[in-house]
Amino acid sequence: MPESIAKVAVQVTVNGKSHSLNLEPRMLLVEMLREELDLTGTHVGCDTTYCGACTVLLNGAAVKSCTMFAVQADGAEITTVEGLEKDGQLHPIQKAFGDAYGLQCGYCTPGLMLSTLQLLSKNQQPNEKDIRKAIAGNTCRCTGYQNILKAMRFAAENMKGA
Amino acid sequence: MLSQLGDDAKLLAGGQSLIPLMKLRFANPTHLVDLNFIAGTSFIKEADGSLRFGPLTRHAEIENSAFAAKIPILHDCAAGIADVQVRNRGTIGGSLAEADPSGDWAVVLSTLSTQIRCWGKNGERTVDLQDFVKDAYTTDLAHDELVSEVVVKVPAKGSGGAYLAFKRAAPVYPTASAAVQLTMDGNICTDATIALGCVGLTAIRAKESEAALRGQPIGEKTLAAATDAARAAADPQSDMRGSAEYKRTLVSALVRRAIDIATRRARGERVEVSHIYA
Repeated sequence: MPESIAKVAVQVTVNGKSHSLNLEPRMLLVEMLREELDLTGTHVGCDTTYCGACTVLLNGAAVKSCTMFAVQADGAEITTVEGLEKDGQLHPIQKAFGDAYGLQCGYCTPGLMLSTLQLLSKNQQPNEKDIRKAIAGNTCRCTGYQNILKAMRFAAENMKGA
Repeated sequence: MLSQLGDDAKLLAGGQSLIPLMKLRFANPTHLVDLNFIAGTSFIKEADGSLRFGPLTRHAEIENSAFAAKIPILHDCAAGIADVQVRNRGTIGGSLAEADPSGDWAVVLSTLSTQIRCWGKNGERTVDLQDFVKDAYTTDLAHDELVSEVVVKVPAKGSGGAYLAFKRAAPVYPTASAAVQLTMDGNICTDATIALGCVGLTAIRAKESEAALRGQPIGEKTLAAATDAARAAADPQSDMRGSAEYKRTLVSALVRRAIDIATRRARGERVEVSHIYA
């Protein structure tokens, strides 16, 4: 492997804020978020495209940020868990996860909330199957799924008409 | 560009297989050429009785397309690959070019008439899917060629298909899978194609299984013959997903269920399918 790798200029909007960065092409998107932008709410769980702890929205679509290079996000808009809260007010999805006790250790929670956001932005009245399918790529190793599903139902209610 | 960069350069499509393989050091490309910024490579069009897929068309786009909704087996495949996040990135062209023995698309598309258009510095050529996939992780693509289009013939009226995969969890590869496409005339099966996934180095066409159905009414006797033939056609290896014997039993059960769904769909019934989780 070469000792120094030429850096690449990347322009990316994260949670509405534009950033110009110079990144090694091998840097993963999740590393950019955590290490360059200090947005440590996006977690790395398995690092093998399984667990979904690193889920963020890329131009509105849920993706696993450990399975994409940061340079590939050039020109994109990214939403992380830090972008959910607005003006000190919790997002309805965050509120729902609190109200339904939809978290235990909290490690998987940011990813689950972003998967929930993608679901509800495309389908305002999800049925049970839609809800389960939306988080098939998010693993909760506390196995707190019942309350997570409940939180997602609450979130769908909270966001109705929003 | 690929011919300039040399043999250790690789193309990056959706990256949902290649990036994990690089992390595990199973793939060590010196250069990656990212295809994602090339405009016009993601599309689904219908023309001359065929569906044409751009190589960078994401599984999720196919899952949600009106075209794929008309061919249920394509929807079964696209909607069942891994999870939402992977389907938002992974591409049909990337899946076929990677030729993973556990990949879904090659299994499903080998039950339909599918051609792969390959593009390189010497121009474009068309290869039948069965000649495109050579072996595990090996295709007919030259080092400096790429998939430019996937062309799938729309099945005839009276034809129905189904794809079923058995998985331990959504994000993992299936333990085994079966794709069945049948043409029915009343209760008589006039044509059948059956392919098995994850039980060999490539998708396996179960030709004896197809022969057991062709020209026959679908009933207990033909089903038993078809599933026995599928069990014999499978060539699985024992691994962490199960023993070879278990996978043979599993794949024959999947074929039986897929025949049932394909038959009902061929008659115009709407049957929703989801993959089976352990």
